[in-house]
Amino acid sequence: MGYPHKPHDREVTVLSKYFGDPEARTLDGWKKRGGYAALQKALGMSPAEIVGIVKDSGLRGRGGAGFPTGVKWSFMKPGDGKPHYLCCNADESEPGTFKDREIMRWTPHALVEGCAIGAYAIGAETAYVYIRGEFTEPIKYMEAALKEAYAAGVLGKNAMGTGKTVNVYVHRGAGAYICGEETAMMESLEGKRGNPRIKPPFPAVSGVFGMPTTINNVETLVVVPHVLNNGADWYKKYSRPDNPKSTGTKLYSVCGNVQRPGNYEVPMGFPFKDFLYDLCGGPPPGRKFKAIIPGGISVPIQTLEEAEATLMDYEGFVAKGTMLGSGGVILIDDSQNLVKQIARAARFFAHESCAQCTQCREGTAWTTKILERIVAGDGTPEDLDTLLEIGENMTGKTICVLSDSCAVPVVSGIQKFRRDFEVLIKKKTVHLVPAVA
Amino acid sequence: MSTHTDHAPVFIPGSARRKELDELLTRYPTKMAALLPALWMVQHERGWVSEAGMAEVATLLELTPAYVKGVVTFYTMYHQHPVGKNFVQVCTTSPCNVCGAEDVVEAFLKHTGCQELGQTSPDGKFTVIEVECLGACGFATPIMINEEFIESVTPDKVPGIVAGLK
Repeated sequence: MGYPHKPHDREVTVLSKYFGDPEARTLDGWKKRGGYAALQKALGMSPAEIVGIVKDSGLRGRGGAGFPTGVKWSFMKPGDGKPHYLCCNADESEPGTFKDREIMRWTPHALVEGCAIGAYAIGAETAYVYIRGEFTEPIKYMEAALKEAYAAGVLGKNAMGTGKTVNVYVHRGAGAYICGEETAMMESLEGKRGNPRIKPPFPAVSGVFGMPTTINNVETLVVVPHVLNNGADWYKKYSRPDNPKSTGTKLYSVCGNVQRPGNYEVPMGFPFKDFLYDLCGGPPPGRKFKAIIPGGISVPIQTLEEAEATLMDYEGFVAKGTMLGSGGVILIDDSQNLVKQIARAARFFAHESCAQCTQCREGTAWTTKILERIVAGDGTPEDLDTLLEIGENMTGKTICVLSDSCAVPVVSGIQKFRRDFEVLIKKKTVHLVPAVA
Repeated sequence: MSTHTDHAPVFIPGSARRKELDELLTRYPTKMAALLPALWMVQHERGWVSEAGMAEVATLLELTPAYVKGVVTFYTMYHQHPVGKNFVQVCTTSPCNVCGAEDVVEAFLKHTGCQELGQTSPDGKFTVIEVECLGACGFATPIMINEEFIESVTPDKVPGIVAGLK
């Protein structure tokens, strides 16, 4: 929905129903809206039952990778004698994405409830919500919600009066995109520099504090109470009839050159063309969309033709040359210098590289330098091949995928919008002609 | 690492901050895990994280000052030097950039008297920097002033925002 929080007729507001409703932020308000019924129910079930329902619902991770949530939870072995941990990834830093921020600032209790259920389902007594340091408002509302939840006995040593221990804590980051990478997040939570770890061991074996850990995105966890309340079949019905692999509703953040930016919730399989023009109002007056980045800046850029033919689910985006990613839809219109924006994206990655791996540390920096040189009118015809070669060296060769993520907009940009680069490079000859004063 | 004698300790036994830190330590199985929150407390009290501040945190959490400095320098939000009373961060990453974020930066530099990015104005009231994605892309251009978030800032709104801070 755009602002002020009026949903479009074609939206399905499961997660976003109470965006813009300040009363939903309080414990009483949340309970009045059906909140914490799912937690009560969950604490009366066995963890295996909960994992089974979530598995059956087809829910997949909303942070970017799309891994089946129930399967991830089933990797946590009960009764291994070790403390388990749940980490909620609220380090939303992917350019173009701002859905988790809205969830936390309007419906913080939804996340508290989702974390509590998730923790119980994986045999953890403690969940940490790692929120990026810049999110002062979401942190404020989350802290307030947790205070209320502890005071009312929703959380703590006797959660909901069931005798079970469920703790949820907020942990504030301090400015580092890489801490949204799950192993970097665990390092950061432990009080270290946010350098990603080599996998394996995977977090379910050795995660935060060396203990079995599950990391879930904010949006993933807030889905869980709805699935427990309404059943897996209810959730599965939000999908394309011909694609049962993507289920449920998805929040998309829409930004850039567009009439109605905001967060929109639609069922899996929704036509992207209708989404862009009908829900989001299309490009600014007199403009056309030129390039679309549908899943946060780390996914391949789409042409307008590709985007208009896309069905919005995990498989639908892949079929049209990109990925669903984090659901951050960035729109770039025909008035923009696309190469400049790709250079800006590369600069973002160069700034955020943790610098552990050579391909990333050097690759992000050189990609940025070359692109900025092209934008400044000093590019050479060989630059594009050099960029593609660097891109290849940055893909699949590092500890985490930040390096790959930098190469993606550059390589897809050159492949799909080569002409834009060439026009800038050709300007160089003009640039070299001695100016006649 | 030098220790300034004029650094007033933040976590004096019995103080509210010390109690807050002690409570925090109950949340984690290690003391080290309280490092980021402890550094936040130092910055909230002192406006920045000095080497003496790092040393104080190191002692309390049983870490070395060098280790703490290594962590401080990894994260962009800890100030390793004093900054202006109003620390202005303007998002200029691609989604905001296509909406004119660079003009917002220019407007802030002009109206605050900061000569360039990262520099503090002569009156000590402002420091302006560009920041990478603030995660509010639908409200371009978002800015942060200290701990406060302001959405949908355009160059014409900047003089009013700056005047309100003086």
